[in-house]
Amino acid sequence: MNAPTRVPAKGQPFDLNRRGFLAVAGGAGLGLMIGLRATPAGAAAGPVRFNPFVKVAPDGAVTVIVKHLDKGQGVATGLATIVAEEMDADWATIRTEFAPANPELYANLAFKAQGTGGSTSIANSWDQYRTAAATARAALVKAAADEWKVPVGEIKVESGVISHPSGKKGSFGQFADKAGAAPEPVAAPQAPQFKDPKDYRLIGKEGVHRVDNDAKTDGTAIYTQDLKFPGMLVAVVAHPPKFGAKPKSFDDAETKKVKGVERVVQIPTGVAVLAKSTWAAIKGRNALKVEWDETGAETRGSEAMLAACREAVAKPGVATATNAGDAEGALKGAAKVIEADFAFPYLAHAAMEPLNACVELKDGAVKITTGAQFQSIDLAVASQVAGVPMDKVTIDTVWAGGSFGRRAVPNSDYIAEAITIAKASGLTTPIKLVWTREDDMKGGYYRPMYAHKVKAAIGPDGMPVAWHHRIAGQSIMTGTAMEAMLVKDGVDDTSVEGASNLAYAVPNLKVELTTIKTGVPVLWWRSVGHTHTAHAVESVIDELAYAAGKDPVEYRLALLKDKPRHTAALKLAAEKADWKGPQSLGKGKGRGVAVHESFASYVAQIVDVSIQGDGSVKVDRVVAAIDCGLVVNPDVVRSQIEGGVGYGLGAALRNAITLADGEVEQGNFDSYEPLRITDMPKVEVHMVPSGEKPTGVGEPGVPPLAPALANAIFAATGKRVRDLPLGDQKFTSA
Amino acid sequence: MIKLKVNGEVRTVDVEDDTPLLWVLRDEIGLTGTKFGCGVAQCGACTVHMDGQPVRSCLTSVADVGDSEIVTIEGLVGANASKEAQAVQAAWRALDVVQCGYCQSGQMMSAAALLTENKKPTDEDIDAAMSGNVCRCATYVRIRAAIHDASRRLEA
Repeated sequence: MNAPTRVPAKGQPFDLNRRGFLAVAGGAGLGLMIGLRATPAGAAAGPVRFNPFVKVAPDGAVTVIVKHLDKGQGVATGLATIVAEEMDADWATIRTEFAPANPELYANLAFKAQGTGGSTSIANSWDQYRTAAATARAALVKAAADEWKVPVGEIKVESGVISHPSGKKGSFGQFADKAGAAPEPVAAPQAPQFKDPKDYRLIGKEGVHRVDNDAKTDGTAIYTQDLKFPGMLVAVVAHPPKFGAKPKSFDDAETKKVKGVERVVQIPTGVAVLAKSTWAAIKGRNALKVEWDETGAETRGSEAMLAACREAVAKPGVATATNAGDAEGALKGAAKVIEADFAFPYLAHAAMEPLNACVELKDGAVKITTGAQFQSIDLAVASQVAGVPMDKVTIDTVWAGGSFGRRAVPNSDYIAEAITIAKASGLTTPIKLVWTREDDMKGGYYRPMYAHKVKAAIGPDGMPVAWHHRIAGQSIMTGTAMEAMLVKDGVDDTSVEGASNLAYAVPNLKVELTTIKTGVPVLWWRSVGHTHTAHAVESVIDELAYAAGKDPVEYRLALLKDKPRHTAALKLAAEKADWKGPQSLGKGKGRGVAVHESFASYVAQIVDVSIQGDGSVKVDRVVAAIDCGLVVNPDVVRSQIEGGVGYGLGAALRNAITLADGEVEQGNFDSYEPLRITDMPKVEVHMVPSGEKPTGVGEPGVPPLAPALANAIFAATGKRVRDLPLGDQKFTSA
Repeated sequence: MIKLKVNGEVRTVDVEDDTPLLWVLRDEIGLTGTKFGCGVAQCGACTVHMDGQPVRSCLTSVADVGDSEIVTIEGLVGANASKEAQAVQAAWRALDVVQCGYCQSGQMMSAAALLTENKKPTDEDIDAAMSGNVCRCATYVRIRAAIHDASRRLEA
C-alpha cells in the first residue's frame, strides 16, 4: 500500500508527536523476545540499550529491535543483517525482538506512522538501522579506546571482537556498560561512516540463515494463536451472514450447556462466546441461535456487482487518472485497434493463521498482544474503542502466520472486535479472540473486484500510438482515514497504480476510473492495485506485440528504452530462461512473459505451461528476475519471489470470493482452495546486480505472474485469458 | 479423564470425548507447535503422527485416539526423535524453508511420515504425500528440495 503521512482513526486526528507518549510506552518493556537463540548460560539480565534499535548484553550478544511485523517476509532477518554488518557483530550472537508500539521511536519512515506494508520495510529502515548500528559500534570503539588509552583510529572490530595492534582485545559485552552510558554526543556521531560495500561479509552474501529459522522449524515460535495468559478466556464470535447486518437477538440456551463456556455477550459485530478453551468457545458459538437485523445490509450478489463494474467501463470514467496526448483521437485514425475487457474477483488473503488478537482491559489500560501490522492505527483505535487515553494502550507484537495485508486495517477490525468483547464482558482477564477459518474467509476486507476495458492501437510500424484504459471497482482508501491523503480528484491511486503510470512509451495515454460502492469491505492484498493493473497492462502489450508480428520480449524492450531497470530485469529473465520466442517449446506448450514495477522494484517473469490431456493447464516453470536495488539477503529475496509466484498463481488459477444475495459463498479451503504443492512449478530467481538503495521484495513478485501465465496460455492455445481466475476452463493446443 | 500417549509420555486430560485432538494438544497439554488452520482437514497445519501415520488432529476426536502413540512437532526434535525426523529438521534448517512458519509443523510431520515409508521419494511421490498440506507463503519449492535433502541425509 502507499504511504499515508498520518494515519488517524476515522474522524480522530492522530498526533504522532504526542509528548509524554514516549516516556510511557518506551518504558513499558521492549516487546517480546522473538529470536529463539537461547540466552547463553551466565548471561547477565541487563543488556545495554544504545539506541531504540540496538542492545548489547554483557555476554556480547547483540539484540536488534525490529520495528516491523515479520509475517514471513523475513524483515527480522533483514534488519538483523543490516545491524550485524554495520556493527561488525558476530552473526551467531544476533537476536531479534519486536519493537513495542511507539510511533515516535518506531515509525515507518515511509508512512510517518508505525506500520508494515507497501514493501517498505527494508527500504525505509536501511539508513536508520545502519546509522543505529554504526552509532553503537562507534560508542563501543570509543569506550575501548578510552580504557586502553589508544587512538580510536587504531582500533579494529571483527565479529564482535574489539582489538588493538598492541594485543589488547575485548568483546562488545565488555564495553557495553561503559559505551552505553557515555553521553549522547560521544555515542552518536553526526554523520556515521558507513561500511564500504566491498567489505560486506553478511549483506548480499549466501548462507546467512533466517533468524526465525530454528524457532519456526522446531515448533517453538509463538504466534497469537499460541498465547496463553493466566485466567485467559477464548472468544469466538457468531458473525452476521451479510456485511452490514447486526445481531437483533440471540438464544444461548444450548451454548450455556457447553462445558467451559463462561459468558455470552452481544457486540455490534455479532455475538461472542467466551470460554475456558478454544474448542468450548467454538462449540458454544456453533450452538448459538442468532436473529440478525439485516436493515442496511449488502444483499446483492457478486454477479450484479461485477455487472455494475462492466457497465461502468463501457462508459467514460467518472475521474481521470492520466491524460497524456489524445488517446481517443489517436485511436480513431489508427491502423489496428485492439479492445480487451478484463474482470477480477474479490480475493481473500487467507493467511494460514486465521485472525486473532489477545487483549486485556484492566485498571484503565489496554494491553494488546497480536501480530500487529499497523501499530499507529491500532493504538488510536484501541484508545477510542476502550475509552482510555492512547498512552494507556500497549501493543506487544508477535510473529504472524502470514498476513498479505490483512493485519493492517484502517479500522483495526479484529483488534477492535477483541476490545469490544472485553469491554462488553466487563472482564479484566486476558481475552483471546479467535476467528475460525470461516470467520476469516467470510470476514471481508478483500482485494476489490474490478473490471477493466482497454483500447489500444498500433501504427504502421507496429508500435503503439494510443492506449485508452478504463478501470472500475471499489476504492480501498475511500471511507478510511487515509482518504484525504490518498484519494485525489476522485482517483484512489491504489485503484489505478501500475496502469496510470504505464511504463511503456505510448504517446497518447488516457486512464479513467469509476469508483463503485458496495457493502463489502475491501483492503490491500499483496501488491494492491498491481494485482489487477499488471494483468491488464501486460496482457494488452502482449496482444499488441502479436498484432505487430513481433517477439513479445523484443517488443517490450523496444518500448522500454527509457526504463533501464525494467529493461535489465526483462533481459536477465529472458537470458536465464533461454527465451527463443513464445512457441519455442513445441506443440501443447507455451511461454509467456511479463515485466512490472511495483513498490520501486522491477520484476520480470517467464512462465512455461503445458496443456494437459484433459485440457487443463500445468505451469511447469517460472523464471523470475528482480531488481530490488542492493540485495540485503539473497536467499530471503529468492524466497519472497518464490512465494510471490505461488501466491499469484493460486489466485490466477482458481481463487475467487463470490456472493449470493449478499452472503459469501466460500467458507474454507475446500471452496477457496489455495495453491497446493501439486500446482507449484519450478521457480528460478535471479537478481540484477545493483548499487541502488534496497527496495521491497514482499509484493513485487506477485503482479507479473498472472499476465505471464495468460500470455503463455495464449502461446500454447491461441486463447486469451482476460478474466481471472482461470477456474476449470479447458484449453485446446493450437 | 482421558489418557493419551504423547511424545512418549502419558498425559491425562479432563475433556469431553468429542474434543478434537488438536485442541487437547494445544489448550490442555500446551503443545502449541501443532497449528489450527482450517478445522476441517483441508490444510494439514494440524498434522500429527498417530502410530506413525500422519493424521489431521483437527478432525480426530480425542476419544478415538485410544492407546495410539501420538507424536507432535515437539516430538520431532532432539535425540529421541526418529532418524527421519532428524533428517527433516536438519534439511528444513539448511534450506531455510520457513517463511511465516505457521504451516511448517504440519509440513514436517507429513514429510517425516513420507520418508519413513519411502526413503527415496521422487518429486511425484513428494507431491502426492504433501498435497494435503497447504502453505500460503508457497514454500513448496523448498519443501520439495528439503525432502530430497533429508532423503540424502538418510542415505549418508
